[in-house]
Amino acid sequence: MALQAIAFYLLAAVTIVSAFCVVSARNPVHSVLFLILSFFSAAGLFVLLGAEFLAMLLVVVYVGAVAVLFLFVVMMLDVDFASLRQGFARYMPLGAVVAGVLAFEMVAVSATVASKGAAAVNADPQASLGQLSNTETIGQVLYTHYAYFFQAAGLVLLVAMIGAITLTLRHKPGVRRQVIADQVARGPKTGMRMTDLKPGQGISE
Amino acid sequence: MTVGLAHYLAVAAILFTIGVFGIFVNRKNIIVILMSVELILLAVNINLVAFSAYLHDITGQIFAMFVLTVAAAEAAVGLAILVTFFRNRGDIAVDDVSVMKG
Repeated sequence: MALQAIAFYLLAAVTIVSAFCVVSARNPVHSVLFLILSFFSAAGLFVLLGAEFLAMLLVVVYVGAVAVLFLFVVMMLDVDFASLRQGFARYMPLGAVVAGVLAFEMVAVSATVASKGAAAVNADPQASLGQLSNTETIGQVLYTHYAYFFQAAGLVLLVAMIGAITLTLRHKPGVRRQVIADQVARGPKTGMRMTDLKPGQGISE
Repeated sequence: MTVGLAHYLAVAAILFTIGVFGIFVNRKNIIVILMSVELILLAVNINLVAFSAYLHDITGQIFAMFVLTVAAAEAAVGLAILVTFFRNRGDIAVDDVSVMKG
């Protein structure tokens, strides 16, 4: 139990500190790397809660895909990031006040509410039903009760993929591309021309 | 010493707050704003998974998965818009984004 507590405090501290570094780092590349660290520690927290499947999903989807996407974009765009930090000190006091009030309220509410109701009855976290593993439990619920929602999630991803491709796809001007419709529509009438040539004259387009 | 539901909720609350704070202080840098939104969604996911584990109800984890899906889609489309905007303007200052309105 003590080991679990040590692991929790370690992972929680790393998550929060690296999250703070995300928003305060000067270099956006460092921000992205701290974001990866934050997500990784959060995945560790999920493992502590018994939600192994979601933890691995977090590592694969966020660390493997989203964070690398961020890294690509940050490195690809040639932006003067120093100029984008203007106003950091100006908005800092207001942001700190709002954040402090928000944090106090949420921590107070969660600390009060968490020790009441049904959540207080179950002392230990448990992320699976009966003898099944966490992944099996998720599969049994997801593909039965939430099958349509699962399909809708796939549709969301498809639309996002098509949207991202259409937004960033760019045809270079001056590059001749094959137009298959034109090629198929071409027949003897349009492809051939009879010309009556007089002797001593050439032919020009 | 025992770690309970309140501990996880506190972590999620602090993470959410950091996300909101990041949006406040990085008003011009839209890349960091997008990363702050990802942090906020991560805080929501921690809340969902913590409640799911302590209530012994798997539905919270299913919902967290859907949140993850939407967050990934949002990041992809957001960054695509950012790249297009950078191509058109040569800069990613948020102040100029109003030129995008049709």
